[in-house]
Amino acid sequence: MSIQQHLNPKTFSIGGVHPEDHKISAHAAIAVLPLSKMVTIPIAQHLGAPARIVVQRGDSVCVGQIIATHDGFVSSNIHSSVSGKVGIIEPVMDSSGFKHTAISIRVKGDDWDAAIDRSDTLVEEIKLTPTEIVGRILDAGVVGMGGAAFPSHVKLTVPEGKHVNHLLINGVECEPYLTADHRLMVEKSKEILVGIRILMKALGVGKAIIGIEENKQDAISQFDALLQHEANITVEALEVQYPQGGEKQLIQALLHREVPAGGLPIDVGVIVHNVGTTYAVYEAVQKHKPLIERVITVTGDSVKLPSNFLVRIGTPVIDLLLAAGGVPEDTGKIVSGGPMMGKAIADLDVPIAKGTSGILMIRKSESMRAEVYNCVHCGKCIEACPMGLEPYRLLLLAKKGNSEKALEEHVLDCIECGSCSFVCPSNRPILDYIRLGKTEARSKKKS
Amino acid sequence: MSPTIIYTIISLTGIGIISGVVIYFVSKKFAVVEDVRVSAVEQVLPSTNCGGCGQPGCHAFALEVVKTGDLNHLHCPVGGNAVMKQVAAILGIAAVEKDPYIAVVRCAGSFEHRKKTNIYDGAVSCKVAATLYSGDTGCAYGCLGMGECVDVCDFDAMYMDEKTGLPVIIEDKCTACNACVKECPKDILELWPKGKKNQRVYVACLNEEKGGTARRECAVSCSGCSKCFEACRYDAITMDNNLAIIDPEKCKLCMECVDTCDVHNIITANVTPEKIQLANEQRLKRKARKEAEKKAADTNVNPTAP
Repeated sequence: MSIQQHLNPKTFSIGGVHPEDHKISAHAAIAVLPLSKMVTIPIAQHLGAPARIVVQRGDSVCVGQIIATHDGFVSSNIHSSVSGKVGIIEPVMDSSGFKHTAISIRVKGDDWDAAIDRSDTLVEEIKLTPTEIVGRILDAGVVGMGGAAFPSHVKLTVPEGKHVNHLLINGVECEPYLTADHRLMVEKSKEILVGIRILMKALGVGKAIIGIEENKQDAISQFDALLQHEANITVEALEVQYPQGGEKQLIQALLHREVPAGGLPIDVGVIVHNVGTTYAVYEAVQKHKPLIERVITVTGDSVKLPSNFLVRIGTPVIDLLLAAGGVPEDTGKIVSGGPMMGKAIADLDVPIAKGTSGILMIRKSESMRAEVYNCVHCGKCIEACPMGLEPYRLLLLAKKGNSEKALEEHVLDCIECGSCSFVCPSNRPILDYIRLGKTEARSKKKS
Repeated sequence: MSPTIIYTIISLTGIGIISGVVIYFVSKKFAVVEDVRVSAVEQVLPSTNCGGCGQPGCHAFALEVVKTGDLNHLHCPVGGNAVMKQVAAILGIAAVEKDPYIAVVRCAGSFEHRKKTNIYDGAVSCKVAATLYSGDTGCAYGCLGMGECVDVCDFDAMYMDEKTGLPVIIEDKCTACNACVKECPKDILELWPKGKKNQRVYVACLNEEKGGTARRECAVSCSGCSKCFEACRYDAITMDNNLAIIDPEKCKLCMECVDTCDVHNIITANVTPEKIQLANEQRLKRKARKEAEKKAADTNVNPTAP
């Protein structure tokens, strides 16, 4: 392998791009967003089966009460993030751009479930057994908060025959603009460390590494100071490179292990959890608090007050925009997530979900795509692809509907990071077509 | 004449003769025997290789039809009954008549009726847009308007109407080859029986939202008001998911439902406005008569009433 890996800081070796990081909200402390009048909580905020609704219109609910239970193993509980009366239950537009069933709750007061410990005291002692921990995480509806929203209890249930020897904590936050994880690491580092110990206990692993990109020096030094006498948990600084926050890239960067095509990190003995998830695990296990709120960055070059808010799940996006000083006049596009992988939202009433990491307002001048030209076969997309694929080829195969060939070319290994579209000098909509190719390839594989 | 030329002529003639003999014997020895009927069938087929019959092309269709000898499942939609009659004659079997079909556009949400709520500037492909989100108008069921259906039409039977943003099917050219139907990710294009005297009637909406929501999304959406359902005398209209669906098998083309639609979204083809008006008058007369009868019956049952 290359010499690069032995140098400090580490990074992954295949592909990658360097977008400007624009972390303008990095110094904005996490502020609690005032409660909205109405929240809309989708029942499908996670990967897997949508939760089963257990409340009815007119029911009174309190904060932390289960309103939809997990349906099957790969699913997640949904809790009420506010107290009030359940309103209409119908499909609403969510940040995916499609309508999905959601439960609306009219907010009244702020009554919390009595079991939840709302104090700020740090609870370090882990009393529960590994099985109890996983059970508590399942009950609390914790899902991966890096974006994909994969139910965390599934990741913590190691299948038979597999062995885990490393827990990686993803504090990379390689998406430009987003600072939610960064702020969380700076402000809640002690809690995150307890969360890591909980995860280590649940998985029975002896080693954990926190991976943080070097543009977050304050977070790195803070963890360094806290971990001076800790042998099993280490912090690694990583070179700034996108998409380092991808599980497979992070594993490659920190451990030089390559996850096989179509495989999972567990195949190489690794489990990766995001810092946001780790904090949610701490709250779920030590404080009995389900996943009802999360930190969200609201940012943009023209935004008056780029901020990091602690937001209840189900809050409409518009409330966040107003709290950040309103939508600037030159806004052309509002994106849920970061500029690389985020998705433009078409409706400002879209609710915040467990997997929403940021809201980004992009200026009109930067929001539209440039004119598309023919492929000049420069190979830049191949160079940029962190999965070692040939994006230009996958585009053509998807265009022609040749899913057999696309499967052979490992289209399903694409992590949809968008590096190919980012570097393309002809502005070709490469990722758009690859996504289509993936959808078609998946249905082909099933049949 | 120089000897060089003479030798050249002799040697080339010799090579020619020898090659000819070799080719003759090789062609006899390795001849591929194909059923003569295959080429005969292929001759009468339209040679468009559109795939509308479900086979990869006209030759494959000819092979298949000769092999199976079954005309019930193999039908050339482009050639229609005339061609299939010829095919049956070649094969010496009875021809199977099938009603001709035509593609219809089951969305009437033009620019005017269905306002854009956002701007899409991604890949110019309905399929890509459909995997990404529910569309650039409020309606998640309507036409995305990027014209991929037009691109796949081999018969120039479609064009995008710039004023409405919807595809238009040219009746004389559409062969019901199914290419556009397969291409549309929103299932807006559908093959519909061409109908008696080329007359047909269908609801141009697929919006399954509740009435109010649907109307907010598109001014001409079917709100599921059931007026057409009530007007139909032949049970050809069913209400499903807030949407009226006309069953072309049961529809007798009486056109009485057409004027009941508040938003005029029951689309007819080749029907004169006079016929629609007449049908509507008849319907209203019948309705009035029924009401009168009912009133009379009520008074008979209850004679004490004033």
